[in-house]
Amino acid sequence: MDIDKDLVAASATPLVLAILSEGPSYGYAIIKRVGELSGGELRWTDGMVYPLLHRLERRGLVEAVWGRSETGRRRKYYRLTRAGAEHLARRRRQWRVVDIALRGVRLMASDPTLQPG
Amino acid sequence: MTKEEVLEERIGEWRRYLRRRRAIRSVDVEELEDHLRSRIEALREAGLDEDEAFLVAVKRVGSLDSVSREFALEYTERLWKQLVIPPEAGGASPTARRDAFAAVALAVAAAAALKVPELFGMHIADDAATSFYLRNISLFVLPFLAGFFALTRRLPRSGWYAPALAFIAAALIANLLPFEPKGHTAVLTAIHLPIALWLTAIGFVYGGGRGRSHQQRMNFVRFSGEWFIYYTLIALGGGVLIFFTVFVFEAIGLNAQQAVAEWMLPCGAAGAVLIAAWLVESKQSVIENMAPVLTLLFTPLFAALLLVFVAAMIWTGNAIDVRREVLIGFDLLLVLVLGLLLYAISARDSQAVPGRFDGLRLLLVLCALLVDLLALWSMVARTSEFGFSPNKTAALGLNLLLLVNLGWSAVLYVRFLAKRAPFARLERWQTAYLPAYAVWAWIVAAVFPIIFGYR
Repeated sequence: MDIDKDLVAASATPLVLAILSEGPSYGYAIIKRVGELSGGELRWTDGMVYPLLHRLERRGLVEAVWGRSETGRRRKYYRLTRAGAEHLARRRRQWRVVDIALRGVRLMASDPTLQPG
Repeated sequence: MTKEEVLEERIGEWRRYLRRRRAIRSVDVEELEDHLRSRIEALREAGLDEDEAFLVAVKRVGSLDSVSREFALEYTERLWKQLVIPPEAGGASPTARRDAFAAVALAVAAAAALKVPELFGMHIADDAATSFYLRNISLFVLPFLAGFFALTRRLPRSGWYAPALAFIAAALIANLLPFEPKGHTAVLTAIHLPIALWLTAIGFVYGGGRGRSHQQRMNFVRFSGEWFIYYTLIALGGGVLIFFTVFVFEAIGLNAQQAVAEWMLPCGAAGAVLIAAWLVESKQSVIENMAPVLTLLFTPLFAALLLVFVAAMIWTGNAIDVRREVLIGFDLLLVLVLGLLLYAISARDSQAVPGRFDGLRLLLVLCALLVDLLALWSMVARTSEFGFSPNKTAALGLNLLLLVNLGWSAVLYVRFLAKRAPFARLERWQTAYLPAYAVWAWIVAAVFPIIFGYR
């Protein structure tokens, strides 16, 4: 399915922060996880994730830590900071509002595949 | 080499490319490399072999930033050809062969061009023709070099105009201005025209018509350094060849010296310019650059020399004896130090932390600046004896240019060592300052004769 670019862009930050709230992770794994979560529909390019991660790091929402992969390679892990967790909670509330509003409208009600539950 | 080793080598090449060409530290090279390797592993698990996995992974990582995109563009085409087209038995790729042919053909053309004036009665060994040849030497050789790069880089038609203009201007300057045959300005022009043309016309064509970006200029600086080293090596080899030629022919009673002086030496020197350029181009990605290796060796030696010199000056209390030759000597010293600094910068991993060698380099630059300032001070104290002759003005101008360049470099270097500025600022200062030298070379070549009345 072709997802609208704006939607992908808007959901990028909350998705990354939410994935990192599950535990520290690194760029490649985040891309894989996004694919898993969306059932393969959201296919992020490599070019999206690192600028985003560095932007979040600059804003203090995540912090970077150098660690080692299973093969012993040096790997940069990112983990959520407290500011990041607060930002994520705020974003979750906003998305919930939008989700509820969209469900309440006929747009969602008329499409049987999108019925809640 | 096993496939694993080939893969490691390729990843190493990718990593070195990224490290060298990176201007702004927007993405961590190590982070990228980890990403690349994860991709390669995933692709290999999916069933691709090492070559295919590398190719696909590099193309995908190429979307990350402009540098990896550049690498992907440049190298994947070659790699793709290697994968798709079965290798010929011991044959070079068609592009390499075409380049080699062009290089040799143009070298022969340059050598021939050098002898053309003889048809008009100007013998290269004649005294009267010496001035003509000196002033025009760059015009016999450099246009062919520009042509070589235009061909290998597929310069579009629009890109031929700017260098052509530069060559025409140089030809007019060298031949239309009424120089006094043995005058100083003639010599100054003869020295500075090649430099001006090298920095502007050759630099322009080398960058494929795009001379503005920091990367292109840095690449051109690297090329110039390697070219100079190759040319010196070829010249040494040529010297040995000439020696044996004269020796061998003398052994059978024939005097080969005239043939050597009129044919071998000039034609060889002209052709070698092109051959050296072709050699630098063709070995570009295979071997580590030589210039940075040499700077690694000579930086401590020169730093030690200057330290001892400063100590000796303080110990004996002798002031610097200021005559014209001395100033030129200090110019050369500063040029040397600038060269050592520049080539160290060209090879440095811009993300590496400051190390001991950086301190040593800074020490070298500071000593050179100190020594130069002392020389200039002595000169200022004796301005009445100075006088403004063309040679002295040229030397002084160059000295001031170098002072500004090295002085600000020293400031930026200190800031870098104090971790208050990234290394990239120092790199950018060097490449941004290059046009200053080009402008100065043109001024000395074109304007000085007019100002100083062609003396």
